[in-house]
Amino acid sequence: MKIYINNKSGIPIYDQIYSQIKNSIITGELQENYPLPSIRNLAKDLRISVITTKRAYDELEKEGFIYTVPSKGCFVAPKNIELIREENLKKIEKYIEEIKKLAHLCNLSKEDIIEMINLLEEN
Amino acid sequence: MEALKITNLCKDFKDFKLDNLNLTLPSGCIIGLIGENGAGKSTTIKLILDMIKKDSGNIMIFGKNNQEFLKLNKEDIGVVLDEIGISGCLTAKEIGKIMKYSFNKWEDETFNNYLSKLNIPMDKMFKDFSRGMKMKLQIAIALSHQAKLLILDEPTSGLDPVIRDEVINIFNEFTRDENHSILISSHIVSDLEKLCDYIAFLHKGKLLLFEEKDVLFEKYGIIHVTPYELRQINKKAIIGKKESVYGTELIVKRDSIPSGFEINPISIEELFVFMAKENI
Repeated sequence: MKIYINNKSGIPIYDQIYSQIKNSIITGELQENYPLPSIRNLAKDLRISVITTKRAYDELEKEGFIYTVPSKGCFVAPKNIELIREENLKKIEKYIEEIKKLAHLCNLSKEDIIEMINLLEEN
Repeated sequence: MEALKITNLCKDFKDFKLDNLNLTLPSGCIIGLIGENGAGKSTTIKLILDMIKKDSGNIMIFGKNNQEFLKLNKEDIGVVLDEIGISGCLTAKEIGKIMKYSFNKWEDETFNNYLSKLNIPMDKMFKDFSRGMKMKLQIAIALSHQAKLLILDEPTSGLDPVIRDEVINIFNEFTRDENHSILISSHIVSDLEKLCDYIAFLHKGKLLLFEEKDVLFEKYGIIHVTPYELRQINKKAIIGKKESVYGTELIVKRDSIPSGFEINPISIEELFVFMAKENI
């Protein structure tokens, strides 16, 4: 598992850990029931605060990506198809937002965009 | 469990007053005390260690009154202080021998490991040590008697950047054990920024701020604005201002800035310098 913390990005550190672990789970790099490093060890290895690491893990657990076994640690939760679909839908929405913004800049209507999609599909 | 809990601590010297200090150090965490010279960092540490008498307030170490705790469990605390009470005619080797008889839980091997890790000469007399070497020796002693709480007064001052990084790493490793906690003071803010879970700003004997370190980064930021944009920003969001001919730099609370402004991350040093200046 690779985690890279960028102190200068302005993105909260817990968020950086959270999204990187989440991505590794979604892409399948981290397999079901894989044991994650303990909160304390991860914090010390990355040289970040324990509190921050705990927050990232809490968030991942709340969303169902990992589960905790008391006194054993945290593990990658079994793949939840619904959850991953939901994540991907969110991503699609984000891209559509982006498209809307760009379309507005180029004075393209919704029809033009649909036309473009159709054209791309034909090819 | 709290490693250290300070409530309403006061100490009045004629020319300086430590005013109603409240601090809590949860077990397994690291607190950084930041303050300029004379802000009250060393006074706080001396009060915790009962080296000077408090006027009022309460200090608890691992749930016990500090005087009581120090009587019975002094060994559980490792300290690094400004002045070190070691005779100048001793070598590190001899100091190790003395410490062996002073601490029940002294570990020769650990001590020797730190001596070689920190490049402390074995056979040089203490009076010939440089300031940095003396500091490193104190750190080696503090870490070699199985302490659970480290109280460190400016442990990185006088050390070069490479050794400072090494020392910070040692402290970081120390808290890999969740029963280990550290209170560290420094005016080298970047060291504390690397290490701490909590940051406390002391200024003229008063606690200006006590907050989780990462929350500070999430709460505050820097933006650059033109005079026109400046008028659009809620005054309450601005905590600091630096004006120049080409624009204004603002230290702001992130959550009350309208979207569309690019908010840059702030360093703890910038935040501290600013807050200290504001409160003169």
